[in-house]
Amino acid sequence: MVSRHVSAMMPVAVVSLAIIVLWYVGAAMLNLAWEKSVAQRNDTPVSTIQMLRNTMHQERPVLPSPHQVVQEIIDTTIKKKITSKRSLIYHAGITLSSSMLGFAMGTLLGIVLAVIIVYNDALNKSLLPWIIASQTIPILAIAPMIIVVLNAVGIQGLLPKAFISMYLSFFPVAVGMVKGLNSPSSSYLDLMRTYNASSWQTFIKLRLPTSLPFLFTSMKVAVAISVVGAIVAELPTGAVAGLGARLLAGSYYGQTVQIWSALVVASILAALLVVVVGLLGDWVNRRMGLVRG
Amino acid sequence: MERILFTGASVFSVLGVLLQGPWQTGIAMLAVALIAFLQLKRSRLLAAIATGGMALVAANSLIGLVDEAGAVNAGFWCLVVAAWLLAWGSVEQLSAIRTLSKIYRTVLGVVIPVLFGLWLLILWELLTRGLDVPQVLLPAPSQISERFMSSGSILWADFKQTFLRAVLIGYAIGCGAGFVVAVLIDRSPFLQRGLLPIGNLVSALPIVGVAPIMVMWFGFDWPSKAAVVIIMTFFPMLVNTVSGLSAAQPMQHDLMKTYAASYWQSLFKLRIPEALPFIFNALKINSTLAMIGAIVAEFFGTPTVGMGFRISTEVGRMNVDMVWAEIAVAALAGSLFYGLIALLERIFTFWHPSVRS
Amino acid sequence: MNDASKVIEVNGLSLTFPTSDGDVQALQDIDLTINRGDFVSFIGPSGCGKTTLLRVIADLEQATAGSIEVNGMTPEEARLARAYGYVFQAASLYPWRTIASNVALPLEIMGLKGEEIRSRVERNLALVDLAGFGKKYPWQLSGGMQQRASIARALAVEPDLLLMDEPFGALDEIVRDHLNEQLLKLWAKTNKTVVFVTHSIPEAVFLSNRIVVMSPRPGRIHEVIESDLPPERDLSIRETQSFLHLANRVRDGLRAGHSYDEVS
Repeated sequence: MVSRHVSAMMPVAVVSLAIIVLWYVGAAMLNLAWEKSVAQRNDTPVSTIQMLRNTMHQERPVLPSPHQVVQEIIDTTIKKKITSKRSLIYHAGITLSSSMLGFAMGTLLGIVLAVIIVYNDALNKSLLPWIIASQTIPILAIAPMIIVVLNAVGIQGLLPKAFISMYLSFFPVAVGMVKGLNSPSSSYLDLMRTYNASSWQTFIKLRLPTSLPFLFTSMKVAVAISVVGAIVAELPTGAVAGLGARLLAGSYYGQTVQIWSALVVASILAALLVVVVGLLGDWVNRRMGLVRG
Repeated sequence: MERILFTGASVFSVLGVLLQGPWQTGIAMLAVALIAFLQLKRSRLLAAIATGGMALVAANSLIGLVDEAGAVNAGFWCLVVAAWLLAWGSVEQLSAIRTLSKIYRTVLGVVIPVLFGLWLLILWELLTRGLDVPQVLLPAPSQISERFMSSGSILWADFKQTFLRAVLIGYAIGCGAGFVVAVLIDRSPFLQRGLLPIGNLVSALPIVGVAPIMVMWFGFDWPSKAAVVIIMTFFPMLVNTVSGLSAAQPMQHDLMKTYAASYWQSLFKLRIPEALPFIFNALKINSTLAMIGAIVAEFFGTPTVGMGFRISTEVGRMNVDMVWAEIAVAALAGSLFYGLIALLERIFTFWHPSVRS
Repeated sequence: MNDASKVIEVNGLSLTFPTSDGDVQALQDIDLTINRGDFVSFIGPSGCGKTTLLRVIADLEQATAGSIEVNGMTPEEARLARAYGYVFQAASLYPWRTIASNVALPLEIMGLKGEEIRSRVERNLALVDLAGFGKKYPWQLSGGMQQRASIARALAVEPDLLLMDEPFGALDEIVRDHLNEQLLKLWAKTNKTVVFVTHSIPEAVFLSNRIVVMSPRPGRIHEVIESDLPPERDLSIRETQSFLHLANRVRDGLRAGHSYDEVS
């Protein structure tokens, strides 16, 4: 068992290591030009080794080295008070709360829409094509407008950002749920018919349980995309708070280390959320006896 | 269901006339609703056409009245509700039609959602203009289309900058690179097992966040946006192609082995065709991602042209109709792009069970 | 009998699969000779290694001990020389190719040219009564027709040896009878050597001139029965006394092989 885990982790570990090594090489190469120009300006010959060493510690590097990013994250998380405006935990918390609110609303909306669609043929034929088409539209493009417009009518704070996340996350849930609610085979449905079960009973006892694995699979997609929604929604608010605002502020002032650390924290956040939803899904599926093991 | 809807439509027509709505429209709708109610069993198609047509005529006359002083009263809104119920009943009728003819079914599959979309637009128009919704909040469709028509050259320039350059070039390079890397690592199970979980993870991350970095590296013009698109589209293509290439059944591999087929022969004759449904899946996902990537990347800095640039600056100036016109362009381009790939998918994977049925 | 008439020669062949519960002996001490023009059936319960033996002949599995020669070569050399055609349990035609281009697939891989491919496809489709269906896609044909197309695909290589792994196992009885009859005619017409895996006694007796009865755990040959039926047969032969007698012998052989299972 253990050895199988190890053999599965090995390739991932090696590839990750290779990525970090490439990152260092990239940082050295991309930042070298700056060191050369500094040396030329100061007219003092600097050894190549010294220049390479310097590329790891520039203040505004083209590509910060991994340990710089790690250092910055530590500086802005553990070493800062959570309430501080410079704490990444504070900013991540803001992004997290709006994406969670949006994710919850989106999941609920997705489930409700799916149930309506499954039980009403007219809506299935008229609404579903539009739900699918709505996703071919780059909906994130509307994000700044929704924020500004809602701001104009006095809706501020968490809710407008959560709307963006909701809009992005309802779709995978609705589509997955429609698939899941329709997944019972006709023999299962016929069985319910032989019991003369009402459509409500069929829903509770058959359709809902069989749709759960589909629901959690699509919730994993939804939670990842709701983080993206929250980050993009933070861009047009004038860079006040949140990981998106950190990205924007970093890009205004050329603070590459800040951009990279915000990006890494956002990635960790998204990855954690996906893992949590995945574990929750595994647990529910096991409880329902849908997956063995 | 449709009986309830037609009864509702009749009641609201009567109410509309009583509450001093435009009586001609009300009477006409009442008549059609009653006939439809009574003759429901005869022909669903006829009932659907009559009620749907009536609803559209009524909506048209109501839109004509919306700017007249004093016309928008309680009766007016009752008639709006009546027209909407009539339209809903018409769609219910259409979707209840059971037919075996394939062409007929295809036509219905297009007509029903189009009607639904049309009604969304009609209600949008009526509500925004009837309720005097401030233009800053939500402009009426007619205002948006007016703006669309009058600023064609700006929209075209933005479209050229964002779609024809950043999106298409980035998409082609990103998808192409994902495919090529998948084929290259195909012979190394070690690299596959290492890259696949990482690729899956990266696909779930907020990659648009690299936009500010790309803008710093590649400048304000379209190459930085194309770079964002490349990064965003690379991983879905990589992951999908890798799993597609391992989709062939062991028996089919055995078959190729009995022919003493070389690696490249079985790659081109068996495994790439077998991977096509997966590859098209990635192409479809990526078409949306590419649009998002290019537009969002423009929020971090552009020359004074581009869809994302236009959206963020016009929002700042409160020119919301221009923003909506830009969104209409994005929506049109996005769905045409997606539709084109879906069409290619049908042509290339006509044999796949999901396409055949 | 001289060496040139031997198509397949197996001596003391064994094969073990490593599994998590230890090694499984799939084949043990197989000795078998198949001559040119033979129609040989491998019959036995599941787990007796009949399919594994066929796959060893085709070089889809490798023996762990003993020797095997196909056309005087190792199985790998025979495979690389395209010495045999293989028909699988499922037709496994490529859905994106028409019937004709499915049959052309092995020929393309062999590097044949257009005209040669076309004439071979036509000839072999006619041989399995599928002339005129070349432009159809596999999913537009019935299961029986698909399996016939896959036989045409195996024949298109024009091998002297045809290896068939329960090719009619998934078809219904009526279709299976019909295809059995056609296969026999085909064999008489082309004079190929056929090795045929089945678990149906009537099928084995009807088709073969030699029946190899196998038994499981470990897989080995229990008995080789020579058929005394005339080479020209049709389905009515199944009512004759000699057919029933032969079928009973096969059944007894299977039962004897099986008793091993109950004792242990």
